[in-house]
Amino acid sequence: MKILVPIKRVPDPATTIRVLADGSGIATDNVKWVINPFDEIAVEEALRVKEKQPASEVVVVAVGEPAWQEQLRTALAMGADRAVLVRISPPVDTGAVARILARVAADEKPDLIILGKQAIDDDSNQIGQMLAELLGWPQATFASKVELADGRCTVVREVDGGLETLSFPLPGVITTDLRLNEPRYASLPGIMKARKKELKEIPVETLGLNLAPLLKVRRLASPSKRQAGRKVASAAELVSLLHSEAKVL
Amino acid sequence: MGDVLVFAEHRAGSFARTTLVAVNAGLELARKRAGRCLVVAAGENAGQAAKELARYGVAQVVVLEHPALARYLADAYAQALAALARRLGVEFVLATATAVGKDLMPRLAARLQAAMASEVVAILDDGAFVRPMYAGNVLATVEMTSPLKVLTVRATAFDPAQPSGEPAPIERRDAEIAPDALKMQFVAFAETKSDRPQLTEARIVVSGGRGLKSGENFKTVLEPLADELGAALGASRAAVDAGFVPNDLQVGQTGKVVAPELYIAVGISGAIQHLAGMKDSKVIVAVNKDEEAPIFSVADYAMVADLFKAVPELTEQVRKLKHG
Repeated sequence: MKILVPIKRVPDPATTIRVLADGSGIATDNVKWVINPFDEIAVEEALRVKEKQPASEVVVVAVGEPAWQEQLRTALAMGADRAVLVRISPPVDTGAVARILARVAADEKPDLIILGKQAIDDDSNQIGQMLAELLGWPQATFASKVELADGRCTVVREVDGGLETLSFPLPGVITTDLRLNEPRYASLPGIMKARKKELKEIPVETLGLNLAPLLKVRRLASPSKRQAGRKVASAAELVSLLHSEAKVL
Repeated sequence: MGDVLVFAEHRAGSFARTTLVAVNAGLELARKRAGRCLVVAAGENAGQAAKELARYGVAQVVVLEHPALARYLADAYAQALAALARRLGVEFVLATATAVGKDLMPRLAARLQAAMASEVVAILDDGAFVRPMYAGNVLATVEMTSPLKVLTVRATAFDPAQPSGEPAPIERRDAEIAPDALKMQFVAFAETKSDRPQLTEARIVVSGGRGLKSGENFKTVLEPLADELGAALGASRAAVDAGFVPNDLQVGQTGKVVAPELYIAVGISGAIQHLAGMKDSKVIVAVNKDEEAPIFSVADYAMVADLFKAVPELTEQVRKLKHG
């Protein structure tokens, strides 16, 4: 079993995001960069498959700038076997990233692609679904449970109002939801080993794809801030204010 | 030019407020782009949904028919909708960012070689859109340059459509699907049984966080308040992570986005990712024993108190108010 895990480098979720005064981007000084948390869950899920089927190979792939090596190394330290960095300079839109990943998948020929349901920077929630369509593969988004048997994949999905179970023959694309697993930390031996693992860089130009963005960001702005309100001393006062002042009860 | 195709999500013919939100956003977009707003429904009892939706001021409702569409599956629906969008020559395909909308629309966009904007919160007059990024801490103005454009709209950012005018014509069409390309198989749906209102539909939401300490306390402390208020129950990611409640109660960047008239946050510290899911609520109440909790920075009414004492008192006070 070969599993491809696309990952993204994003600001640590606890970072306070500031928009630059000219609206061209966000301030990146003092930002700590991490693997997108949902992609980390994807790496973990791939490693768990490998633990059950030791002949498996887990390949992590990223589409970004040289600094993204750091997150690929982290995934290698968690236990992934090798890494691919498709080097590109921004801006790229989701469609372009999906086309690049589809190309990598065509070369790597994985049985399964697992990735996060959304990146916590642009919050688009698009790549997995686009990738599945470009490859003509089935998809199971928002997975909370994955089972593999006899060349088929059965996935429990978090949907509105309950849990849906889907099944499909491999190959396919899975996007991870929060409860799928709890990702491991990289161990010290893992970090040492990761230094020797293969990290291949591919300049995007060599793929010969049309990557002109179809979605352009004109400007960024900060939303208006909500004002903090008043303190209330008792439950009686609160209910009375909700009734007579806020008029919501 | 400028026609908008709205994907109408429904279950066996009946639909939620979120579907009317899509219709209303579609009407607004069509008005601004000098086009028509068309609606498409497919699946079991789609005819019933179509008949109802035809009353909401749209130009036409299409019912797509094919055995493969009986139940929603991304691969079949993306095929059928892409073919229809091309046949109708629309400029936009739009749905609400529900679990189905989020699953389907990117796949459709890839099939149509279209740009896609997720979770749009505003439609600008010049054809640009506003969408949140970074857990709602950034609002991006984006433009799409592909001939066909796909978007999802955030359910809390638009009002539901209202019935208006004469009912629109309903047209039945056979969906264009290549069945050999379909690989996804539905196995089961385990519905979360609840007598409470849906989280995204409720007028009042009562949410609990890690401060509740256990799933049992959700039941014994928080649920009586929710029931007294006729409110939906929500939770922070921390409470879901800790296994107190199922993930479909999660409010936040990676869960559901809600904007009820009244949001009561109990034992929730107010992490960035939680605020992203509720800060557009009309009135926010926070109950937390930590005076420094970030949730208080967005709360209209702040109660610094031990929730295990305060919540039962609140429940009692609400009961008194209702029953005199």
